[in-house]
Amino acid sequence: MTVSLRESMDRIADPRNLDEGVEEVFRLMLGVDCTRDSIPPAIEPESVTAVVGFGGVLSGACVFRSGGTAAMKIAAHMTGMDFDEVDDTVKDGIGEICNMLAGAWKGKLPELAANCGLSVPAVITGRDYKLHMQAPEFQLHHIYRFENARFEVTVICDGLH
Amino acid sequence: MAEVRTLIVDDSSVMRKIVERALRQAGLSSLVVLEAGSGTEGLDVLRSKQVDLILSDINMPLMDGLEFVRQIKAQNLAPGVPVVMITTESSEEHVKQAILAGARGYIRKPFTAEQVKERVLPLINAA
Repeated sequence: MTVSLRESMDRIADPRNLDEGVEEVFRLMLGVDCTRDSIPPAIEPESVTAVVGFGGVLSGACVFRSGGTAAMKIAAHMTGMDFDEVDDTVKDGIGEICNMLAGAWKGKLPELAANCGLSVPAVITGRDYKLHMQAPEFQLHHIYRFENARFEVTVICDGLH
Repeated sequence: MAEVRTLIVDDSSVMRKIVERALRQAGLSSLVVLEAGSGTEGLDVLRSKQVDLILSDINMPLMDGLEFVRQIKAQNLAPGVPVVMITTESSEEHVKQAILAGARGYIRKPFTAEQVKERVLPLINAA
């Protein structure tokens, strides 16, 4: 079957799909309400970035980024444990959150759900680093808040087939 | 309910804990959990231990969940034991692939304990 995603560009780039996916993942997996926000996450000495790649009819990535404090808070909600550093469990949890965000976003559109695969998550931690991408076909970049923590989710599409 | 020995296969240790918690919330208080971080590790567990239920992620490095289920069948490692896939991949095509590989159920991430209960308990009760 030939699938032309260009004809569905308006729906694919609809920002509501990302918002609904993020809210759903946080409500079901963390038990918290998460809302769109406009204030960027505070700059912290350590930040956590998770990347899940898209392949197939759409290529690109879903990128989660937060400071260490928000990452530890998310992992605490997921596991019921307390964290005082961004350890392997926190990184693992953030990778899974990014995986579910990517899956929830693409699952909103049947053309993508069936024909776009996900990579396993990669997680980067540290300070003073930037992620560079080639000029994308489109990009969604949203900030969200739950409790007093903020994080960013970016969906980048660099190829449609 | 008698002891339910459950193998949870996921490359994420956090997800394994979340799945275990959801099973307990679903009413499986007599749960005995065995864990594996990949399909390959899962096969090793099944070679040495008997289980009553297998829950597996699909998208894993080394050996993905679909190949894991195919290998269980090919090597006759857990005859009659229900396998439920838990994954972010949710299309009809993915469900079909999982069922063809040998899975008996499918749970989409993110999930609730109620969804786990609805999909897993009937399989245990029928076994």
